[in-house]
Amino acid sequence: MSRKMPSLNTSSSADISFLLLTFFLLTSSITNEQGIPRLLPKISNQEKQQQEDIRERNILTILVNKNDDVLINKTQILKKEDIATKLKDIAKEFLANPRNADNLPEKTVKQIDGLGTFAVSKGVISLTNDNSTTFATYILVQNELQKAVNELRDETSLNYFGQKYEKLAPEEKKAIQEAIPINISEATSK
Amino acid sequence: MARFKKNGKKELPEINNSSMSDIIFMFLFFFMVITTMRESDAAVKFTAPHATEYQKLEKKSSIATIYMGAPKRDGIPAIDEKVSIQLNDKFASTRAEIMRRDVSDFIKGERESCANKGKDPNTITYSLKIDQEVQMRYVNILKQELRENNALKINYATKKDKKNEK
Repeated sequence: MSRKMPSLNTSSSADISFLLLTFFLLTSSITNEQGIPRLLPKISNQEKQQQEDIRERNILTILVNKNDDVLINKTQILKKEDIATKLKDIAKEFLANPRNADNLPEKTVKQIDGLGTFAVSKGVISLTNDNSTTFATYILVQNELQKAVNELRDETSLNYFGQKYEKLAPEEKKAIQEAIPINISEATSK
Repeated sequence: MARFKKNGKKELPEINNSSMSDIIFMFLFFFMVITTMRESDAAVKFTAPHATEYQKLEKKSSIATIYMGAPKRDGIPAIDEKVSIQLNDKFASTRAEIMRRDVSDFIKGERESCANKGKDPNTITYSLKIDQEVQMRYVNILKQELRENNALKINYATKKDKKNEK
């Protein structure tokens, strides 16, 4: 003899799961962390020694003052508004040195896996901030320098692998990173 | 026609709402999967500077967050009454030497707890969430302290720049 099961009243279970849902909505965040990654240099005693060894043509000095203006190589002044438009091209030309000019950095020919021989620039960007520089300007400068490096990497990777740097396999990325390193040295501000 | 005649009592049939909880549970699981637990609330004002060349931060498990900005409410220690440093959920002291010690204690603590979990402490990324108005003198102190404690992987939190998007 079949007996009918009494139906369970499940209307409150929806309320319970609603409660759980709101709890998780409140305690969690969907903000994805994004930003400009940097590696700080290690502290070493030979730091000063190394800096003296670098030749003048291999350094691009960028000085950000307290009015958020930029002084490049002690001669060229960029106003705050011009940083976003001009700094990238200056940094790019410095790092690439396309015409092998005498006043731009030297290159060393290196053997890189996946690329063959590649002339790696010896250029170092030296970044100095005033104590009163705002963080926004600092990030703007860092962003422009990163953009210069990214564009060079994209160009190189289009030449060698036929696609943009972002889409490369990890080992290819490593090769490009070796070919175009990010050399930003930050002196302690005065 | 007697077949279509209705009974005198008119009663609404009960709506079966047993599947409603299933749907909400589905929502719940969806949110649990796509979100991460919030570890600390920022008690300092923090507006990230704009940038175009940002990268997404991976490995959310090994991130230590350091906030820097103007305090949101009274009672938070602030340097020159302008800048507070928040280390995950604690605040660094304002006096210069103690502040340095607080920061370095925080980094050491993070590295130790990371080592206890069996991971390499050098893989921790320090996410620096610094307000765009903060002056570099405070940022430099923080950076120097990070360097001295061998915490070299950092990330400057930035916001998407809508104007200059490619």
